[in-house]
Amino acid sequence: MLTVATGNKAVASAVKQACPSVVAAYPITPQTEIVEQIAEFVTSGELKSQYIPVESEHSAMAACIGASITGVRTFTATSSHGLAYMHEMVNWAAGARLPIVMANVNRALGPGWNIWAEHTDAFQERDTGWLQVYVGSVQEAYDATLMAFRIAEHESVLLPVMVNMDGFLLSHSMQPLQSVEVGDFIPPIHLPHAIDTAHPAGYGTLTGPDDYFRLRWDIERSMRDSVAVIRETQDDFAKKFGRKYDLVEEYRCEDADVVVIALGTLGKEAEVAVDLLRKEGHRAGSMRIRWLRPFPHLDLSGRDVVVIDRDYSFGFGGVIARSLAANERATPFSVIAGLGGQEVTYDDIAGFVRDRKPGEEMWFGVNGNV
Amino acid sequence: MTAARLLALAAIRDGKYAVAFPFYGAERRGAPVVSYVRIDDQPIKVYSQIRNPDLILVLDPSVMDVVDVLHGMKQGGRVLLNGPEPRDMKGFPTLAVDLTGIALRERLVVAGSPILNTPVLGALAKMGIITLDSAKAAIREMFSDERNITAADAAYKELNA
Repeated sequence: MLTVATGNKAVASAVKQACPSVVAAYPITPQTEIVEQIAEFVTSGELKSQYIPVESEHSAMAACIGASITGVRTFTATSSHGLAYMHEMVNWAAGARLPIVMANVNRALGPGWNIWAEHTDAFQERDTGWLQVYVGSVQEAYDATLMAFRIAEHESVLLPVMVNMDGFLLSHSMQPLQSVEVGDFIPPIHLPHAIDTAHPAGYGTLTGPDDYFRLRWDIERSMRDSVAVIRETQDDFAKKFGRKYDLVEEYRCEDADVVVIALGTLGKEAEVAVDLLRKEGHRAGSMRIRWLRPFPHLDLSGRDVVVIDRDYSFGFGGVIARSLAANERATPFSVIAGLGGQEVTYDDIAGFVRDRKPGEEMWFGVNGNV
Repeated sequence: MTAARLLALAAIRDGKYAVAFPFYGAERRGAPVVSYVRIDDQPIKVYSQIRNPDLILVLDPSVMDVVDVLHGMKQGGRVLLNGPEPRDMKGFPTLAVDLTGIALRERLVVAGSPILNTPVLGALAKMGIITLDSAKAAIREMFSDERNITAADAAYKELNA
């Protein structure tokens, strides 16, 4: 049914349909509405889950880990400082190969105290072994959450998945939402290493270098295998429900000699900038990176590249720009923009493309006129 | 914010695309609050704030003492005010309807405040932004109290568009 929903409500609806056995959460702006809505579903009986209100995000992830290792489906949601606070457990969830699904509403870290959209919070978790997807609309938040369970729990993956959406721009934006009849799209969970009292085994024991090394390689092998699982899941989603997704969403790239690359809502706004630039005679296209982990391959050869990073790694650079410089040997014009919810319009993005300086880094509004 | 959500929902019921979003600052009853709605025949990809609106809706005219509500107004843009009489809005075509009066008359009052979010949909329908049928459908999807519908009908009738 077609309705209007915020990104938060959309995620909560998808979680209800995926029906996790355990939801453990602690509220934090701007995701509070997700866990509030899920709590209402549990109270009303619409969702038969064990809802564990915990005293912190660290405990929320710890509770999900404890539940997940028994072989049941688990979900939590967080944002910025909440994610930072659960960092230790975020590592543990991936290392223990637990297919937990978490929604993260991307928001800047303080100080200065700021509640608005930025990607640095989730980027700080990028080396933990979690898969990470970034969405560009309320509909996509819903769709990606449903798919996250199937991808995480796939026997070739068995890694946690983080669904990221821009704080306020998506979490609190009301947009059309078309829900689906999930049916058998998400198969029942089967965790091969679930705790089984009939077959006692040791968990979380001291692990020497040899075994530890093998476990690390096994995470990377699954991360590589997850590419095929993501594609297969997204293709099946398109077949069943009619909405198609890729690892990277390309827009008017076929004959483009310059592409602008961004994540989330900036990636959507970039498409409007591309239309504007095309009218002016520029052969521009855009690429919206959806999956940060596993990091996709982008076809950038022979093209000028403009990257907008809504994040920064201090003393290094924009994470996406530097990643593409390394992986694709690109020489991007690296634009740092949108930090702490800074407003970036399609006119601004068109300006980045027109005035691009390949190889240089520009802090939007800092080199300019803050 | 509820008015923005209802307007977006009504536009979608008319078969259009719509998004509604708040500007987040101090979001509490009594403080100035800004919400935006975009309506289009095509999917909407713009996330930045609306700088040049086609229509400004002022639910509480006292906000005009502290905010220049016409800032960035598009050439030919229109204004809809809550109040018994239109007033001069720098020459922009301005309509007024007494939503507060309608809400009080219909006893549409929550926690001492008259509810303006549902009657205003009737006024927006009269202005041709949405259809009256979709306005009522949107209200019914969010609120079960039929007084909201009566109030929207009253605003539709009372607005001289």
